[in-house]
Amino acid sequence: MGGETLRERVETFLLPAAVAVVVLCGWHAAVAVSGSAIFPTPYAVLLGMYELLMQGVLVKYIVASLFRVAAGFLLALLVGVPLGLLLGWFDRAFRAFNPAIQMFRPISPIAWIPVAILWFGVSDLAPVFLIFMASLFPITTAAMSAVQNIRLVHLRAARNFRVGRLTVFSKVVFPACLPQIITGVRLALGVAWLVVVAAEMIAVNSGLGYLIIDARNAGMRYDLVVAGMIIIGLIGLALDLLVRRLEQLEEVRWGFNR
Amino acid sequence: MAPNHQPKIDIRGLSTSFRDSRRSRRNGRGADDVHVLRDVNLTVREGEFLCIVGPSGCGKSTLLNIIAGFIKATRGEVFIDGRPVTGPDPRRIFIFQENGIFPWLTVEENIGFGLLDAKPAERRETVAHYVRVVGLNGFERAYPHALSGGMKQRVEIARALAANPDVLYMDEPFGALDFLTRLRMRAELVEIWQREKKTVLFVTHDVDESVQLADRVVVMSQRPAAVADIVGVDVPRPRDMDAPEMLRARERIFEVMGFAHAGAGHAPEEGRPAAAPEAGQPAVSQAPAAAAVSRPPVAAAAPRSAAKGA
Repeated sequence: MGGETLRERVETFLLPAAVAVVVLCGWHAAVAVSGSAIFPTPYAVLLGMYELLMQGVLVKYIVASLFRVAAGFLLALLVGVPLGLLLGWFDRAFRAFNPAIQMFRPISPIAWIPVAILWFGVSDLAPVFLIFMASLFPITTAAMSAVQNIRLVHLRAARNFRVGRLTVFSKVVFPACLPQIITGVRLALGVAWLVVVAAEMIAVNSGLGYLIIDARNAGMRYDLVVAGMIIIGLIGLALDLLVRRLEQLEEVRWGFNR
Repeated sequence: MAPNHQPKIDIRGLSTSFRDSRRSRRNGRGADDVHVLRDVNLTVREGEFLCIVGPSGCGKSTLLNIIAGFIKATRGEVFIDGRPVTGPDPRRIFIFQENGIFPWLTVEENIGFGLLDAKPAERRETVAHYVRVVGLNGFERAYPHALSGGMKQRVEIARALAANPDVLYMDEPFGALDFLTRLRMRAELVEIWQREKKTVLFVTHDVDESVQLADRVVVMSQRPAAVADIVGVDVPRPRDMDAPEMLRARERIFEVMGFAHAGAGHAPEEGRPAAAPEAGQPAVSQAPAAAAVSRPPVAAAAPRSAAKGA
């Protein structure tokens, strides 16, 4: 990372900026040429964002979505990491539970929406549940395979020095698994952010997903629809960058960019 | 010969065969039994530096893992100080070929790993001492990914020594290092061993290395491995690799391994330059040797003088 020249750094900024300009111009031209009355120009989207901001709904909806993701995701973290570590450690438990986990894993979290509404009604609990379901499997699977991939020499060294069980866990097993868990967290957070939008379109009446579906239903406000989409994209990007910073911690760097 | 003649480790009738050496998680059943060791008997003296050499994959590493208590033997027993080995023990520390230091801990945290129960002050002092012993001053707070292969191996040696064991098990610890680093590490190891008075069991497939380090060299046969011979190297240290006793020991080991007359010329191992025939000695019968090894003599040979320096 250190060896970037000034030119490379300028390019890292300029190249994506150029792509953005081209896309925006193309978008604008396409709307102008087609003469669409419904699909907005980039400028109209910008105005839409401003409108949302002024009405105070933008911040409110962002907070609502982030809150749901945080709640469901933390819950999944709290359950998934210990569960994964246990299943990875105890071969018996792994063999008992893994087939079930692998069966549930490919079920799209979206498919849980009717179940969530049945169980939790139209409340915050429904999307939190959906995000929990969406994040749980990537996190559990990552922790599980992390334990199974601990290098034998590290376990043997720990046994050799005969440190206590708790120390083995805190100084060897957990740190050895951390890079893979972080990768799982990154994956899960990405999925959680995808799911919250879908969940909010159906199960609640606030949040960015609700904003999109509401803007369409209540007056074909596609400027607000696209504004909502762009904000979702930006927040998703910010979340990913946040988790990526975890990968730079000294304690886990050995597990990345090898 | 050895500083002390009291038996430290007593290996009696050790035999072992494997189903599948990996943990049986991936698939429950393995191939047929593989016989790895066949009736190994061996006595290691207190304070002795013992090398175990043998062809690659002969089971010498398995033997060391059994002695260390990581693997159970199918038959036979290992006694240390008269007591049977039932598992790994902090009084006997294993140093791994693939480097067993923890990449998530700093150099000093690694070295102090075996001292977690000690008082903090005592721990700090011991760690500082062994940082100095292996010459890693200034790298205490570094993480392993910032270190070279040789430095990582030094950390592992320091981590072992800091726990104050009386036996060190070393499984080809320098195998992954470059030639010069390997020579330097051998010299350092001998110094440390002379100072710390540990019993060392050192597994290697490098005959030169064994002759340079050991009081006695245990030569293993092909799999299923047994002790083919024990060659004493009664040469004071630091050793001159060209001394006649040294050459005789090497020759003898090669002979036991089935490379008669290849001793001075070709090590029977892959990917490593053999020592060049020396000026004083006639270029030993190369053709038969090559035939025995079933590969042409290595052209790019390491200069003999390089081995001397260590």
